[in-house]
Amino acid sequence: MRRLSRAFIIVLMPLGGCQDWQSVLNAQGPSASALANMFWIFVAVLGAVWVLTMIAFLLSLRRRRHIDTDPLATSPETERRMTIIVSVAISLTLLTVISLTGLSYAAQKVLFARENEALTLLITGQQWWWKITYEDTQPSRVFTTANEIHIPVNEPVLIKLESSDVIHSFWVPSLTGKMDAITGRQNQIQIQADRPGVYRGQCAEFCGLQHAHMGLLVVAEGKEDFERWREQQLSSAIPPADSERQHGMEIFLSKPCIMCHQVRGTDAGGKVAPDLTHVGSRRYIGAGTLETTRGNIAAWIVDPHGIKPGVNMPTIQLEPDEVQPLASYLEGLK
Amino acid sequence: MRRFLILSLTTLALAACEREDREYRANPMTSETNEKITLSPLSAGPSGPTEQRSGVGKEYEENAYHISQGQRLYVWFNCNGCHANGGGDSGPPLMDDRWIYGGQIENIVQTIREGRPNGMPSFRGKVPDAQIWQIAAYVRSMGRNVPKAAAPSRKDDLSPGPAEQRRPPGEVIDGGQIPSSAQMPQ
Repeated sequence: MRRLSRAFIIVLMPLGGCQDWQSVLNAQGPSASALANMFWIFVAVLGAVWVLTMIAFLLSLRRRRHIDTDPLATSPETERRMTIIVSVAISLTLLTVISLTGLSYAAQKVLFARENEALTLLITGQQWWWKITYEDTQPSRVFTTANEIHIPVNEPVLIKLESSDVIHSFWVPSLTGKMDAITGRQNQIQIQADRPGVYRGQCAEFCGLQHAHMGLLVVAEGKEDFERWREQQLSSAIPPADSERQHGMEIFLSKPCIMCHQVRGTDAGGKVAPDLTHVGSRRYIGAGTLETTRGNIAAWIVDPHGIKPGVNMPTIQLEPDEVQPLASYLEGLK
Repeated sequence: MRRFLILSLTTLALAACEREDREYRANPMTSETNEKITLSPLSAGPSGPTEQRSGVGKEYEENAYHISQGQRLYVWFNCNGCHANGGGDSGPPLMDDRWIYGGQIENIVQTIREGRPNGMPSFRGKVPDAQIWQIAAYVRSMGRNVPKAAAPSRKDDLSPGPAEQRRPPGEVIDGGQIPSSAQMPQ
């Protein structure tokens, strides 16, 4: 009995993972709800089918026939009973298959329904991070960030997906299903969050060595909070006031960092790596790999390949006393 | 006996499965190698000029990972802005056998690191040394001066010729034909 309960606990344990910020079963948007509902209805219907089949199977095992009766003998009574049982079974099967097909169709309708979006994002999958561009009709209000999306709550957001190298897949389980980002074409998907919160997403198409470390965050917040965030992201980096961070900025601008990274408001204008203008305001660095703290930024700069082997960030030559000001400068880019 | 032979042959075949070594993390301490390479075989006295190679070049130009990283960096750092896809534009072509400042990987590294007169900027301190070696290895692969098995396949964008790995191997002519613009380096 104890062994049985232990096994039961172990089987149930993975279900604890379903309440997290990255879970299909923790649906927070209309299309994710459609998927989660479909999942539960399928589980219930198919579970019932399984239980009924098992009961019929066990009953048939328990019921003994009299050995002396002839197995080929028929009587109108049994014939009629058999006809009823078989036709009921067939019609129940047909009913189940047809209604589940209809259900999937209805869920897909919800999934691909398009409303007028308040916001359009262009997300480019790269090895191994997400480049995010907030589009706007005014060119001056377009800005680029990386790995962290903010969206207004209760509003549909259109996401255009592209890829710069290999096939990636955009997947925020709590908000919607997967959609591939393919080189040379653009896929579109719509997301909407019903409740404020932070939802984690993940690349869902194996894309190379660091596929597992290609996460992104979706922060759903109220309209005012979102507008405030957007204005702040549109602004250039504020020049540092204290001497340590000024020194850090000089180091940043004189090292190879500027070949790939951009900090708006300075001479650093690289476009092939994540935009660092407001890196300190993001929750994670390295596409969801490390929390944004001064220590983690320093660790990332000193040895990116110890944390994320194969990443495109190179090891650069730094003097030991240059690490602290540089990390401090980057941490302060709020 | 026969069974033993088959078994040992199968085991031997497994040895071929070892993957090429990918060195992600260049050692920053050995960052800048001191190669002494001459551009011309001419020197005073009976012996040729003395050269000094660290052997890093061979490591880079025979490694498929480094060459393909170089292929990516070639575009990232806008080498194609002047040299196009190797066919040359405002900068000299890189896929032929004419080398103004030497066509060995050490020469190319030096050209990228130090810069050359009439337009080639110096990338010292801007591009980490390991990446300079990777780019140089890729430049070597353009004229197919690297092993066929290590040369990269075609890029996704338009390219003037076949992929690096499908080009006929070129022969390096040190010196080559020097255009008048480069004859007297200041």
